[in-house]
Amino acid sequence: MNPLNPHTLSLPKALVTLVAGALFGFGLSLATMVQPDVVLSFLRFQDWGLMLVMGGAAGLAMLAYKGFPRWFSRPLLGGQFLTQPASWNRQTVIGSAIFGVGWGVSGVCPGPAIAALGTGNTDILWALGGIVLGALAHGLTARD
Amino acid sequence: MTLINTLFPLGWQHYLLGGLTIGAGVALLYLFNGWVGGMSSVFSSSWSFVSKRAFFQQARFVSTRNWRLVYALGVVLGALVWRFTLAGGEAQHTSVPAWQLLVGGFLVGYGARLGNGCTSGHGICGLGSLQLPSLGAVLTFMATAFMTANLMAIFTKGLA
Repeated sequence: MNPLNPHTLSLPKALVTLVAGALFGFGLSLATMVQPDVVLSFLRFQDWGLMLVMGGAAGLAMLAYKGFPRWFSRPLLGGQFLTQPASWNRQTVIGSAIFGVGWGVSGVCPGPAIAALGTGNTDILWALGGIVLGALAHGLTARD
Repeated sequence: MTLINTLFPLGWQHYLLGGLTIGAGVALLYLFNGWVGGMSSVFSSSWSFVSKRAFFQQARFVSTRNWRLVYALGVVLGALVWRFTLAGGEAQHTSVPAWQLLVGGFLVGYGARLGNGCTSGHGICGLGSLQLPSLGAVLTFMATAFMTANLMAIFTKGLA
């Protein structure tokens, strides 16, 4: 464990991470985003709920990402407020386009696929397996 | 009221409340730990435990793989709590056929990793940190998802 690594997972940080993930999983379930049928009805313009889900989540995330670094010099459990800059290039466009096709075929994206292990929706294990293999295929063919 | 019923035939409150709960999780992870919690990275970072390939052994995966796995475990726990509190304990099912889930899942996994983000990474964290590339990614995957889902509906109608 390198104390200079801002990603070092201390026990308190692990507990917070677990609770943060649990809020994420509970929220996804409450918003019925764990049901592919609901997601597909959004993609077919029958129900606009997904906009509220993403809007509510991104709105709070915006407060956090813009506000916390201003109000606190460092995260409450130490380390530093990290950023994850996104870049705009061919890979982002092609990858996002392929992701959208897969999302439109299955109605499943990464978060809900993981949450399915908790909701007991064993059908979605097909999608989870697909995502695991897709990520492997990407890593094996990536030019880095 | 009729507009609201048309846009949200199943009601709107649970969508907003669920979205805010997701955002609270993302905010908590940032406030206490300083980490940006998109979901799809765990599918690359976890492969670093088994594959020695240079791509998976990058610092951005190896240094975050432990917390990303704990985060994913939390997602499972949260969904489990929902199931046994609000959903009456019943296991969920979907009418989407297995082949669609598997093929679609594969494209989701491949595409999200190639594009460096998914609905949460670009959609929630990227938009939340006001990044234009993420807005471009969201518009791109929304466009192809809308097209694909509607084409699928037309093609599978004959089979149903």
